Amino acid sequence: MNREDFPMLSSGVVFFDNGATTLKPKCVIDKMDDYYLNHTSNIHRGEYEASVITNKLYDNVRNLVSKLVNCDSSSVVYTSGATMSLNMVVFGYMKRHLKKGDEVLLNKAEHASNVLPWIKLSEEIGIVIKYVPLNKDYSLSLDNIIKCVTPKTKVISLAHVSNVVGDVRDVYSIGKFCHEKGILFNVDGAQSVPHMEVDFKKCNIDFLSFSGHKMCGPTGVGILVSKKELLEEMDPLCYGGGMNSFFEDDSSYELKSVPTRFEAGTPAIAEVIGLGEAISYLLSIGMNNIHKHEVELKKYLLDKIEGISNLIVYNKSCDSGIFTFNIDGVFAQDVAVYLNHYNIAVRAGNHCAKLLKNEMNIKNTVRASFYFYNTYEEIDKFVEVLKNSKDIFKVVL
Amino acid sequence: MDPNIRREIILDNYQEPYNKGLIEDDNYLKTRTNSESCIDDLNFMMKIEDGIVKDIRFDGEACAISTSATSIMIQTLIGKSVQEVKDILNNYKDMIYEKDYDKDKIGELVVYEEISKQPNRINCALLPLVAVEKMLEELKNEK
Repeated sequence: MNREDFPMLSSGVVFFDNGATTLKPKCVIDKMDDYYLNHTSNIHRGEYEASVITNKLYDNVRNLVSKLVNCDSSSVVYTSGATMSLNMVVFGYMKRHLKKGDEVLLNKAEHASNVLPWIKLSEEIGIVIKYVPLNKDYSLSLDNIIKCVTPKTKVISLAHVSNVVGDVRDVYSIGKFCHEKGILFNVDGAQSVPHMEVDFKKCNIDFLSFSGHKMCGPTGVGILVSKKELLEEMDPLCYGGGMNSFFEDDSSYELKSVPTRFEAGTPAIAEVIGLGEAISYLLSIGMNNIHKHEVELKKYLLDKIEGISNLIVYNKSCDSGIFTFNIDGVFAQDVAVYLNHYNIAVRAGNHCAKLLKNEMNIKNTVRASFYFYNTYEEIDKFVEVLKNSKDIFKVVL
Repeated sequence: MDPNIRREIILDNYQEPYNKGLIEDDNYLKTRTNSESCIDDLNFMMKIEDGIVKDIRFDGEACAISTSATSIMIQTLIGKSVQEVKDILNNYKDMIYEKDYDKDKIGELVVYEEISKQPNRINCALLPLVAVEKMLEELKNEK
């Protein structure tokens, strides 16, 4: 659907790398162009016309985010992306509130940006990281989480949708459980917010991170949503202009209120405005429609690949538009090169989830990840190319 | 080179690579090489005695180009002096980057002479070279 909105699709590319980044609709590009062409100006304190326009657009994106994920607009922080958001949670909030011996529950399917900051924090203050075992299909269940919880468990941190196997975690039940137990619930929404309805309040989420570029927005901008009272207790990682009320030569200072105190320096103004346009665009399509289409595409694909004997699929059961596979005996990267030969863009590798190899016994996979602009015809082409993969080395070498 | 012969050499070396598998031996130089731009991840070990490369072994996961280039390079370098190895590596690098090079010096590695047409695979072809250079550097530091 909406293919005509995406200039890059006119090249004929079959873009199945949406888990890495998505294509940008013309309206987002136009909106950013408009900022650069017609009202370039910095935010805050500008009294001229262009600055007033920019301020209004920039600030309104918090309202759009609040509509998208059901949160208060005053608890929306602009960041450079989900990675930065997650680092802000770990080093801005957790570092101040956790102590030696406190336990944080992760799992081995998490992206690097939800593992490495915690490893670094454990090095710094001695928190204990525990990995919740995955199910046989590499999914994560609340039952397994509950089994790992001890009185020392202070945080459960997970991706709403795993970027490798695409399993959709039951954040509603997990959030409810966390709420009842007084455990902080940190959610990486990078692979869910762009693709489905996510309800920050209903799911009792404490911190929600996501990126703009994975949801039709520009690179360089992301969002951290939290509860106002938690943001009040979070330290900024970056100090400078725009985030302080005053500072004096006796070293006294006062920071601005949240969320402004987390946005030091000139932010990515065009990108924030572009993200706002992307959110409006997605909302006009409807998040449920997007999710439904992706799941249907995957179901269609699974039916079509029945009988391709050299195909190993790792995530048949997951309810998202992520399809993770290998061709038997062929290195994942060679498969990606082969698909590129037919103008099909996918991703090969460990997908930044470097611990998952211990669970899957395979280090690298090929990931095809869908979005609403992908079509059944593209799936047909993909399947045809996979069917002919016996000749793969004739193509790639 | 005939594309079919080239493909056959690469494929043979990918499917049955030479000296794949590491051994326990402290007399080897060791390094791990994973490319910044792709997902190849190989461990290397190399034994040099009296200025001659006696053995090179490797293990790990990598694409057809990296694996085959490693296999061919190992066969090309074993038995050569350190000076000869450097000369081969330089000529190989020049070939990859489409500069003038001496074909006679690099043996079967010539199968990658057209790899520059696939820019995203250049690093794959260079992976064993980077590993051997790293180990030679280590040797220099040990002296």
